[in-house]
Parts: sequence; C-alpha cells; structure tokens
Amino acid sequence: MQNKNDDTTYLWRMAMVLIHLVFLFILLGLGYLLGQEQLHAFLNKPKLSQTQLEEFSKQRAIARKQERENNWNLVENGIHVKTGLKDDTHLKLVIGACTSCHSSKLIIQNRATREGWKGMIDWMQETQNLVDLGDKEVFILDYLEKHYAPHEVGRRENLDLDEIEWYILHLE
Amino acid sequence: MYRNEEPQEKSSNNRRNFIKDSILASLAISLGTEIVYAKNMPPGLELIGLNSSPLNTFPGKSNALTVLNDRPVNMETPAHLLNDALTPNELFFVRNNGLVPSQINAETWTLTIEGESARKAKSYTLNELKTKFENITYPLTLECGGNGRKEFSPPAKGNQWTTGAVGCAKWTGVRLKDVLEDVGIKSNAVYIGYYGADLHLSGAPDKDAISRGVPISKAMEEESMIAWAMNDEDLPLLNGYPLRLVFGGYPASCSGKWLEKIVIRNKVHDGQKMNGSAYRIPCNPVAPGASVEDKDMCIIERMPVKSLISFPKTGAIITQGQKLPVAGHAWTSSSNITKVELSIDFGTSWQNAYVSKSTNRYAWQHFEATVQFPAKGYYEVWARATDNEGNTQAMLIPGWNPKGYLNNACHRIAVKVS
Repeated sequence: MQNKNDDTTYLWRMAMVLIHLVFLFILLGLGYLLGQEQLHAFLNKPKLSQTQLEEFSKQRAIARKQERENNWNLVENGIHVKTGLKDDTHLKLVIGACTSCHSSKLIIQNRATREGWKGMIDWMQETQNLVDLGDKEVFILDYLEKHYAPHEVGRRENLDLDEIEWYILHLE
Repeated sequence: MYRNEEPQEKSSNNRRNFIKDSILASLAISLGTEIVYAKNMPPGLELIGLNSSPLNTFPGKSNALTVLNDRPVNMETPAHLLNDALTPNELFFVRNNGLVPSQINAETWTLTIEGESARKAKSYTLNELKTKFENITYPLTLECGGNGRKEFSPPAKGNQWTTGAVGCAKWTGVRLKDVLEDVGIKSNAVYIGYYGADLHLSGAPDKDAISRGVPISKAMEEESMIAWAMNDEDLPLLNGYPLRLVFGGYPASCSGKWLEKIVIRNKVHDGQKMNGSAYRIPCNPVAPGASVEDKDMCIIERMPVKSLISFPKTGAIITQGQKLPVAGHAWTSSSNITKVELSIDFGTSWQNAYVSKSTNRYAWQHFEATVQFPAKGYYEVWARATDNEGNTQAMLIPGWNPKGYLNNACHRIAVKVS
C-alpha cells in the first residue's frame, strides 16, 4: 500500500512538472511571436532622407501652429491668437458681430478713424445684410477706434525696413 | 534670366500625395513610433487634427501667396514670385467678392446671353462654346483696381493690396464679340454685365456677390474673351473655373468669374458693385480725405501704366563692385510700353532698361537692366514705365480717392551694398 502510494505521488509530481513545462513553452512561444512582430516592424521601418526629415519637422511645426491657432482662449502679447485681433474688453463682441460674415483679417489690415469705422458699419448694413448692432455699436466702435486707428504717413511711406528679410544675393 | 532662389512648387497632385505621406510620417515622429500597417490605410483617409494643413486650404494655389483675407478669399503674389514671363496658375492672385461656388459640373455648365439689348436669349454649353466659335489664345494682364491700396493716406477701406494683385497669364477661349453677335446685339446696346455662380458673403441667395461689366465698345474688342483655360490648363477654381470673362486693361473686377450669364444692357449696367464707391473714383480730383458724393463718382475704365521689379527680391545684399541685374514687367491699357527706366538715387537720375517687344495689347512686357552702385550703403531701386501715349508713373502716391484705386506709384525695392 505504501509503495503504491509513493508511485502515485511520483506520477503526480511528474505530471505537474510536465504541465509547468508546457505552460512555459506556451509563454515562450507567445513572447516569441509578439517579439517577432515588433522586430519586423522595427526592421521594416523606412529610412527617411534629410529633406524628408526637414519637411516632416516643417509639417509638425504647422500642426503645432494650428493647434495654437485653434485655441479660442489663447492670448499672446495682447493678441488673440485665433483671430489675430487685439485683446480687449469688447473683443468677443467684435468677433461675434464681424467674423460671421468676413475674416478678422479684413479688420486687422484696415485703419480708420471712429467716423471711418462707423461709415464701414453703415455701408455693411445698407448693402451687405449686417444687422442693427443696437447699443453694442458704441462698444464696437470704441474697440476699433482704439486699436485700428490710422497713423500719419505723409505722401508716401518709407519702405518698411523692419519687414524686409535681408539676404546675401549670390551673383555669378 | 536670373531667378529668385525659391523652392519650386510641386504640382498639386504631387503635393497631395506628399501631404498624405508627411502626415503619416509626422504622426509617426510625434508619437515616437511608426504607424504599423500605414500602407494599408484606405486612400482618402485623413487623420483628424492634421487634415486642415494650410497647404490644403486654397485649392490650386501656392502657399507662398500672401493671404489678405480668407472669407472672402483674397491673396496676392509677392513681387519676386512674379518673375515668370507668364504667371503660373498657382501663383496668380485671387480677388473674390463672395463665396466660391461648390458643386461645379463643367459638363452641364451653361452660359446664357440675354438683356434689353439682346435680340433673343440664348444659352450655350461649355462644349458648344468650344466647338461653335473660333478659339483664341492671348497673354493678357489682369490687375485688381485696388492694387496698391495699402499706400493711400488717409487709408482707404478694403483689402490692403500692396503690389501683387496683378498677373499675366495666357488665356484661351472665344471672343465675347463672336458670341454676342451670334445672339444678336440691338443698336441701342450700351454696356454688358455679368452674373456668376459665386454666393454673396452673407449667404443671402437673393444677393449677388458682384455683377459688373464693361461698355459695349470694350466688349467688342478683339482681345475681350470668354475663357476656360489659363496657361493651357483648366481655370483654377479660385480664378473662376469653369468659365470667366477676361478684359485686359480694365480693372480685373470686370472679368467676371464662374460666368453663368451675360446681359446686354441699354444703359450702364447697375449690378452689385457698379454703384457707390465701388470701383469708382471722383470724376474730378479731390484733396486726400475728402468726402465725395455718389453723383460725383465715375466708373473706372482704363487701368494706368505700371511696372513691377520681380528680380531681385527686395532686401538683397551685394558686395561693392558687383553689378546687379534687375528685371521685371511693365503694362498699360494703351497699346504698348515704350520705355522702362530705373533709378538707384531716389529719382535723381534714371537709366533705360531693355524692354521686350509687345506681343499684343494688354500683355505685359518684360524689362531687364544692370545697375551699378557708386559706394557702399543703403539703396532703393525704383522702376517707372512709359507707354506709347506718353503716360508714366508717379513717384509719390497719385490721386487720392475714397476707395484707394489706381495707385501706379513706381515700385521700390531695397538693396544694401556692403
């Protein structure tokens, strides 16, 4: 009885070892398969040329720029980044009244006195379907007069030397 | 010919593929890993967040153009990118008054001619226009009436164009005259007006974005055309695909885009932007800043003589002793340019440039010269053109007008000699 009992224990132990070994093999096999996939992905990774890399970093810069520009709350150096308009108390009013029809770029590139801006609003109401701005008009005019007023340039302005990108011109 | 050192634009098709590839690659870089199976991504699939690249924003247009306004689209060409004899389509300026039409089908597109002074109303498909009438091709310069507006003082409202609302392309189409005569023109015809498929900015369907035109005498000129091709390609969408008018020598706003209808009028056309201060100037000269009543304003017809330095790009630094080649174009609404002069001393003295022969009226002519600088320092190169009528360009900003049209002051570039 004792011997038979020992045999059973021995067989049982052998079976356990076998089960563990099988389990280990399965684990190793799975690990190998997964590793191979990554290895393949790594080996097949295309090589990028210098110009490609430069273009890619340019693309990334554009993507970053866009992310910045799509943020409606971002203000940098007094400029509302999304619209390019000067940040001030009535900015949201101006954005709401003006940019549903035209780009904020149209405001930014223009300069006028209060009367001049009033004239543009009148013209847009008469001919371009702009709604009556009611008691908000005065705030909008305050904003435009303050931030987009004309400056005296005389009969012809100097070339804008700050705007010029100086470069060495190579001549043959 | 000297060239400005600029990266060559890829064709839009290449660019699209390029963008697709670079989006994938830039994602891969930013995520620090390659996107596995990227090559299996279905064509047309774009990755959210990266699909609004500015390279994609204006179909058929180079991202080197200066965007003055994106609603409506208004973009001008930097002077040094206008160096080509014929302005490439992707570099040609865009002046839109309304929203670009969508859903254009060139197969079913029709042009209708009607109006009080038309003998009947008649419609033509694009194919009928191409096959029924003699096809013509002309290089013609188009310039926005407001080109140079930025320099007026007191400032004039509108897009603040600097120098780049101009270009000269080779247009192909049919003579407007031939089509009008096919319909029949009554003897009381005074003007033609156009209607296009672009929408008013406010989206109001009952309003036209713009509906201008020209006197009947201009409409009957040999070079006045209904065009479908620009530099041997379909018109770019932003320049009026599939059909537009082209009138050289007149403000480009007369050359209606996305052309659907022409009316032969027995009076001056009264469409959108024919009245008020739009494309009109004081009939008699006024002091800067004056307010002018509507009745004292006259429609702009002929554009003034003008020139542009396209080489070198402003800001060139050269060394003392080097000769600087200078090149550009000159144009007029008269028959041809007879002289282009350059000054490096703020107009004190002028030297003649070589001017190419005129191919036809309203095509720009090219000039070339070599200038030498006497000493080190800051210089400006100024150019002024003279046409066969003896008209030339102002050095200061010419006649102020409420909307800032017709600035033909000489073009200036900055040069340093070190």
